[in-house]
Amino acid sequence: MAHSDTSASRSAAPEARFALSAAAFEIAPLRAGLLSAQAGAYASFEGWVRDHHGGRAVLGLRYESYAELALSEGEKVLAEARERFAIVDAHCVHRVGDLAIGELAVWVGVSAAHRDAAFAACRYIIDETKARVPIWKHERYADGDADWLHPLPPAAGA
Amino acid sequence: MSTLTVLYFASLRDAAGIASESVPADARDLRGLYETLRARHGFALPVERLRVAVDGAFARWDEAPRAGSEVAFIPPVSGG
Repeated sequence: MAHSDTSASRSAAPEARFALSAAAFEIAPLRAGLLSAQAGAYASFEGWVRDHHGGRAVLGLRYESYAELALSEGEKVLAEARERFAIVDAHCVHRVGDLAIGELAVWVGVSAAHRDAAFAACRYIIDETKARVPIWKHERYADGDADWLHPLPPAAGA
Repeated sequence: MSTLTVLYFASLRDAAGIASESVPADARDLRGLYETLRARHGFALPVERLRVAVDGAFARWDEAPRAGSEVAFIPPVSGG
């Protein structure tokens, strides 16, 4: 839920690595949370709200989640990344609620001994989050229309 | 009557006009439950494009609905 402090809201478990945030959040404290003497590399991904989609002008959007399942599935994605890649740690925060153009929608941060694992894990986390975590985007278009995005799986669409 | 709670998200919630409802738990499986509710609310999405969750964990469509559980139909996600 929305917190007024500078860090993203966390789920109840102190060891949680995936979080939903109902308010804008600062990246610096999240990055600082990944600092480690073992890490020689840090890679991050930021997803921003852009002003177009499928050739249509977008005015803004809203993210809705099934929070209980989004948090557990997000934690699974991060646990998988730690198993598959030689990383030190990884965190992910996804916004929910109303967002304006240019706002930060999702942040992924990974620390690792070396850059290859950091880049690969970062890519894995954002790809799996987009594919599996129950969060939905509702876009408002300049022509007055608005709609939920329910994309086809990569094999069938995109 | 043994019932369960169904949660609707995104386009399913818009189509149903409600975020949740209590329904009889008498369908043979979760697929049958969705088909019944799809017919009632006019959901555009076929079952093949959804996933289903029971009590906060992904489930299989051939599972039988359980009274007292919380069933969520998960439309294709679009976070990120």
